[in-house]
Formats: sequence, C-alpha cells, structure tokens
Amino acid sequence: MKTSHIIAILVIAAAIGIIIATAGDASTYVNFDQAYQMASTGNTTSIHVVGELRKDEKGNIAGLEKGADNLSFSFDLVDDHGKTRKVFYNEPMPPDFLRSEKVVVIGSFHGEQFVARKILLKCPSKYQEQKLNAGV
Amino acid sequence: MHYFVGDLGHLFVITSFVTTLVSAFAYLKANSITDLVSKNAWLQNARVSFYVHSAAVGGIVVTLFIIIYQHYFEYHYAYAHSSLHLPGQYMISCFWEGQEGSFLLWMFWQALLGLILIHTQRAWEAPVMVVFGLVQAFLASMILGIVIPWLNIKLGSSPFILLRDAMEDPIFKLQPDFIPKDGNGLNPLLQNYWMVIHPPTLFLGFALTLVPFAFCVAGLWQRKYAEWIKPALPWSLVGGAILGLGILMGGYWAYETLSFGGYWNWDPVENAVYVPWLVLIASIHTMMAYKNSEAALKSAIILVITVFVLILYSTFLTRSGILGDASVHSFTDLGLSGQLLIYLLFFTGAAFVLAVVRWKEIPSSNKEISPYSREFWIFLGATTLCLMGFQVLIPTSFPVINKVVEIFGGTSKLAVPGNQLEFYSRFQIWFAVTVALLSGTGQFFWWKKMNKEKVLKEFITPLLVTLILWAILLSVAGLKPIYLALSFAGIYIIVSNVKVLASVVKVNPRLSGGAVAHIGIGLVLIGILFSAGYSKIVSLNNTGLVYIKEAGTEFNRDNLLLFLNERRTMADYDIEFLGERIEPRNKSGYVKKSDIERTADPYRVVAKKDILFKGKKLYSAKDTFEIYPENTFYEIELSKNNKVKATLFPRVQINPAMGGFIASPDISRSLTSDLYSHVSAPMDASAEVDWGKTEEVRVTIGQKFYINDYVATLDEVKRIDRVPGIELQGEDVAVQARIKVEGERDSYYAEPIFLIKGRTQVGRIPSEVNDLGIKVTLLNIHPDTNEFSFALNARQKDWVIIKAMEKPYINILWLGTGVLMIGFGMAMRRRFREFKIGNQ
Repeated sequence: MKTSHIIAILVIAAAIGIIIATAGDASTYVNFDQAYQMASTGNTTSIHVVGELRKDEKGNIAGLEKGADNLSFSFDLVDDHGKTRKVFYNEPMPPDFLRSEKVVVIGSFHGEQFVARKILLKCPSKYQEQKLNAGV
Repeated sequence: MHYFVGDLGHLFVITSFVTTLVSAFAYLKANSITDLVSKNAWLQNARVSFYVHSAAVGGIVVTLFIIIYQHYFEYHYAYAHSSLHLPGQYMISCFWEGQEGSFLLWMFWQALLGLILIHTQRAWEAPVMVVFGLVQAFLASMILGIVIPWLNIKLGSSPFILLRDAMEDPIFKLQPDFIPKDGNGLNPLLQNYWMVIHPPTLFLGFALTLVPFAFCVAGLWQRKYAEWIKPALPWSLVGGAILGLGILMGGYWAYETLSFGGYWNWDPVENAVYVPWLVLIASIHTMMAYKNSEAALKSAIILVITVFVLILYSTFLTRSGILGDASVHSFTDLGLSGQLLIYLLFFTGAAFVLAVVRWKEIPSSNKEISPYSREFWIFLGATTLCLMGFQVLIPTSFPVINKVVEIFGGTSKLAVPGNQLEFYSRFQIWFAVTVALLSGTGQFFWWKKMNKEKVLKEFITPLLVTLILWAILLSVAGLKPIYLALSFAGIYIIVSNVKVLASVVKVNPRLSGGAVAHIGIGLVLIGILFSAGYSKIVSLNNTGLVYIKEAGTEFNRDNLLLFLNERRTMADYDIEFLGERIEPRNKSGYVKKSDIERTADPYRVVAKKDILFKGKKLYSAKDTFEIYPENTFYEIELSKNNKVKATLFPRVQINPAMGGFIASPDISRSLTSDLYSHVSAPMDASAEVDWGKTEEVRVTIGQKFYINDYVATLDEVKRIDRVPGIELQGEDVAVQARIKVEGERDSYYAEPIFLIKGRTQVGRIPSEVNDLGIKVTLLNIHPDTNEFSFALNARQKDWVIIKAMEKPYINILWLGTGVLMIGFGMAMRRRFREFKIGNQ
C-alpha cells in the first residue's frame, strides 16, 4: 500500500470520527418529561427546552423568585406540552426577561429543579418590524 | 418626495445586472473565437460592458449614500437604518446594516478586482472574467427588486424601495405622500469605529476568494492545469491576510463591545467565515507545493473551489434566515433564500462538473510521496486544517441538517450544546496543536533536503530550546494539564521558525515571509492560551453567604452587587461604584447624571452646575449640550491600598433593535493583563421605590443630626419668592430649608420647601438626595422654640451588579496578529514579483 493511500484512509477515519464525536456531543431540543427522564438515568448533559413563562389568570407572570442580592433567580416555565417546572438560573435576571415571548433554557435537571446554564430570549421587538412612528 | 434619486439608483441596479451579463457573454465569445480580429472586437465589447457595469455599481453606491446622507426618509433604507441624529462617520455603517447594502459592498469590491485583473492579466482575461461576470450577475440579482410578471416571482430586494411600499401602515392610505420626520436610526451597537472598517475588510476578503476560484475554473476550462496557480497564488495570499484581518477585527470589536467575556464565541456567523479561512490557508500551502507534486496540484484545485463554495454557503447560512434561533446576529430573511440557494448550487455544481470532466486529464504520476519531502508535510498540514474546519462546519450546519431531514419527512432536533465555547474548544485545541507541530516541523523540510541522518541533527536544537522554554513557562505560570500540549506546540512553532528565519534571512530576506507568518501564528496560540486558559473571574462574591440552598455549593457567585459609594473587596482590589454617567456627543469624558437636567429633546441636556471631568472643565452651569441618551455608563473605581488603580466605565445601552438591553464592557489595559468588567444587571429605574419608615426630628439652625447614619446640619431656613411649578399670590408664603449632608465622598444639600397657600392650605415639597438614597420633608415650623421638624426617609441605595475578569497576556494575541500580517505581506510581495518576472 502506498503512503498516500494510508493517509487517505486516515483522513476518512478522522472525518467519520469527527462526525460521530460531534453528533454524540450535540444537544437536542426536548420537553421537560424527556429532560427529567434523562437526568434520572444519570445523563446530565445539557439539553434545550423551549417554553413560556407561567402566567396567572390576570396574565401576570407567576412563580418568579429572586435570589439574595438579585444575583440569581428562579422562575416557572411551561414547555410545549404544557408541563410546568421550576427553573433556576445562577445569573442576574436579564432585563428583558419579563417581556420575552419565548424562553429557551439550556441545562439539565438537578433533582426536581431544572438548572439552566444559559438562557436565550425571544423578545417581540427583535423579530417584528417596528411600527411606523407616524406621529413624529 | 424625491423620486428621481431612487429611480436613478434603480436604473443603475438594472444597468449593472444587464451589463455584467453582456460582459460575461462577450468574454465567452472572445474566448471561443480564434480569428484575431473578431476576437479583439468581442474583447473590446466585453471590456466596455464591464466598465459600464463598474460605473453602474459606483452609481448605486453614490445614489444610496445620497439618500442616507440627505435623510430622505421616504425611502425605506434611510428610514430603517439612519436618523437625523446619526453622526456623519456612521452614515457609512448604514450601508451594511441592511442586507442589500452588504451585497452592494461585495459587488463593489469584486468590480474593483475585475478592473485590476483586466489590466494585469492579459493572458487570462477572457476566461477569468467570464466567471467574474457571472458571479456579479448573481449578486446584482439580489438587489434587483423587480417582479417577473408571468411567473409572479420577486427577484431580489432593492435598496431603493419607498417606505410606503415596504411597510403596510394605514397612514399611507390617507396620505400617500407621507414622509416620517425622523428615521429609526442605526443600531447603536454598530455605532463604533470598528463597525466602520470591519465589514468592508471582511467583504474584501470574500471578494478576494473569487480571484483564485476564477483562475482555477479558467485553468480547468482551458486545460492549463498547472499554469493557473502562478497568477492566482498572490491573490490567495492577499485573501488570506485580508479575511484573517477581517475576522480578527470582528473579534476585537466583540471584545470591546459585547459582554460575553471574550473575543470569540463560536457563533454560527463567526464560524461561517472561520471555516473558509482555514481552508483558504490550506489551499495556499498546497498551491505553493504544486510544482513537484501532482497530489498537491489536485488538492489545490479541490481546495480553491471549496473555499469559494464555503463562502457562498456561509452567505446562504447567514442571510437565508435558516439559522433563526441559533445565532444572535444573522440577518433577517428578506425572502431571498431561494435565490441564495440557486447561487450556491449553481457555482458548486458548475465547478464540480468541470472538475470531474477534466479530472483524468490532470497530470498524475505514480511516484510515491516520501516522508522526507516537503510536499508530504505540507499535505499533512493542509489536511489537518481542513479537518479542523470540518469539525466546526458540522455543528454550524445543524439547522440545515434539521431542515433537510424535515423535508424528507424525518425529525431531527440537533442543537449546539449550551456551553458552545467548551464544545468547540475541546476539539479545536487538538487540531491547533497538530497544526503547530506540523508547521514547526515542516519548515525544516521546506528549506533543506532531508534524509534520515540529517533529521536528528536539525531537530535536536529547536527541540531542546523548546523544552527549556516550556519548563520555564510551566514553573512560572503553573500550567493546567489541558493546556500542556498547546503551550508546548506554541513554543515549538515559534522556536523552529525563528531558527529557519535566521538561516533564510542570510540567504535572501525576501523569502522569509513564511517563517514570520508562522511565528505570528505561534504568538496567537500562546496569546489565546493565556487570555482564555488563565482568564479568571475576579468579581467572586466573598460575603460567604449561601444564597440558594437548593442550588448547593457548586455554584460560584461570579457577580458582585455594588451599592453606590460603598466599598467592597474583589480579588486583590477594592472596588466602588461611584454613580451613573452620561457621555456628551462633542467632548470626550463622562458627565454625572445628577449634574444635568433633561429637556424635551432627549438628545439635549442642561448643565446644573459647572461640569468637571478629570480636573478639566467640560461645561459651565446652564450650558446646553448634546448627549447620547441611549447609553449609561457606570463609574467603577478600582483601588489597591487606597491608591486608585483604574476607573472603569462599563456601558449599558437601551437598544430595542437588539432586544432592549446591551451591556458593553470597559477594559483597563496594561502590558501584562487586561481587567475587563461589565454590568450584568442595572437597577430598574421604573420599579416602585420603598421609602421605609418615616423618622421625625426637631432641630434648630446649626444643629447636627443624623439622616440614615449620615451627618447632617441645618444650615438655614429662608423665605423664597419663587417655587418652581407653583404660582405664589398675595399672602402665600414659601420657605426653604437648606440641610448639608455629609456623604461618603461628597457633601450634598437637601432643600425641602414648606408652603402656605391662601392662609390655610399647607404644601410640602420634599427634597431627595439621590446619591445617598434619602428624602427630607420640612414638616412644620415652631416659632415658639425656633425649631423645625423634618420627616426623614431612606431607601435602598442605587446599585449595580457587575462581573469582572482578568485576561492575562492578551496583548500577545494582538502582537501575534500583527506579526502574522507582516508575514503575509512579505509573502505577497514575493509572489507578485515572481508573477511579474514570469510574465516578462
């Protein structure tokens, strides 16, 4: 066998290795039930859960708790299947948090509580073209 | 309504589209005809068409700029991206805030490059310019903005569209000629000098990848399988330098402006240029080795095509809207995804078919590649670079993979893990190590004929020097295990290239570009190693409280709550929050928010008193001056042993376009480390204030008392004739008390007013000292005892939550970038000379 053939085989092997390793490390979008199941089987890799903040009958956001000195906070998130869970986030509350339409939390369950490592917000203003300020 | 300028611009767009097609066709004709007279006639036609095309592109740029500069808000582009308040230098940035303008920028650079090639590449002109003409046609079609009547398909999105056609608003039904008084303005994040130069640099890099691609296609087409490399190589080097510079500028902008704590975040938009750049570098290396190796020639062809295809792919990723949630800064969808996909598939398909058809004809030999040859090492290095890019490309393409699986009826919900940085770095670090080791070693094979005996002799010195330096570094810095390999590889590439440089300079300094560039890469790696690997959070919360029991102790408290004028300790520093500041538009410095009075115009304020900054007088009392109302700065003072070390002004920007709130860091720089700090949460100004329990005191003039533990003195009580906002009549009486309060850093005056209107009605206007969080109300006057009673309230003081990081030796990274660029420059000069000499 020629050296170049050996190299070619090694490159192909490396490429396949990369695909497998990358796909293995990849996160997925799941709901709370699936996330809970994963955690209870000892799988603590980060996953994405998409949901909305829980609101009471009057439409106010409910279940929000701030940690001491505002350095952390927790909130109730309703996932796509309507399941509500408490999510804890170890960072100060992002200022647009309450205005967000959708929240993506990335993290995993620690016991009964979902601990988010990162939060992505979808705010209405970011996606809709602003109204014309016609009065000005 | 200024219809003319927009119509003219649209005419330029259509002209540019038609003429580039004409030019491509004429070049095609000229290329296929052998009769010299008619060949020249076609060439002449083609050139004139391309000149007209370039002039039209210039015309589009000028008309669009006029629309922005003259504030013609009847046009959507001016309304959406500019405003009356926008400073002149940022009007240029308006161009590339919108997608249409960035296509325009790309076209502009390519037209310029086309003109240069027409004049310098007589032998290659026709086939190369066919490719150029076609690419320009695709780009021009993106901004055409015409509807094909019988298909009812909209082709492109024009930057000259009127506001009333772009937006549905009832006002246009009532008043078709309605023109808004002001525009929406440029995203304040982009109002930054880096955003004036970063996009043009990046797009020049994009445009430059077309040159080697066009040469490669021309070479395959004309069956000049190896000849195309000589004229293409210098352009690849320019592309590598410019694209690399553009990427690093973007990183530097992010470091200064965004607050994720670094310069690189593996965002899909960043990856979309990082991957083509890696492959471009790989292609440059194989292009340099083509003379002696057919394997290198074939891989050069594949890689040069791949680079251009990757540029098109990244354009598709960032502009089609497919990234959606995956990226923070991709463009929104303009409905061009179909057109972009055709653009991508057309050139991918055409180049692929051409390469396959011609593949058998490319010269090849059965000579075995020897591990002692330079080509072997180049080849290994290029392969590693490609795999390095491949590893980033796959996760970046997750949204595309999900979409494709969906189209075929499956479900795929792949996502990049939340800890992006860790996810990519874990792979990339090992690729970087391999690349550094290979290029450090390969340099010796490049310059010397090697055999088994020589190898040991050549390598023993650099290896020993590397080991010694590595040991010193280990003992000084206390390296973490995961960075052992990277630090070794970084030192090795520098040491070995310094050795090569020393010997090459003696022979011919012109040839030393490669060695210099590789030293730059080594420095960049070391800089990344230190600034990322040894970055430490210094704002660790050290109050020792357990904040949330459920969360356990695994969490570090990375953020620090600071109350106004209350000193806290943080790592080795004492840190204090001194208040909110505003930035004037026309003077450099910061102004205390408490020293200014707002006016009806948010951009103008009046000074309450003389305003000083660092001992220099900026404004006198009662001066009116302009500010940037969307930005608030938080003055943070860092001191050590009561000596001020640094004053930082991290920024918070109210930015509705980006989701409302953007924190930008401020960086205190020194030679050996950067101290980087940003606001994680500001106080919510709209929240209701809790003034707590009211305390009452009775004092006489000159008496000292306490307001929430601050020493206060009642200086005087006097009658006043005017009360702001209230008209005094006849027997009305108003008195004002003046109380001096000694704060931590400054003394303040509280001046509450007591008012008797029409003998019976009593009014009390309290006075607040914002910096101390106290409120004083003059409750009553007791003439019998010469006493005055006051109500005292205190609230929580103003606060801010910050995060601070130390980034050691980040300057090595910037130094490495500079060295890398010098190396590229030297290599470019050499290859352009070679090309010129070869032509003579």
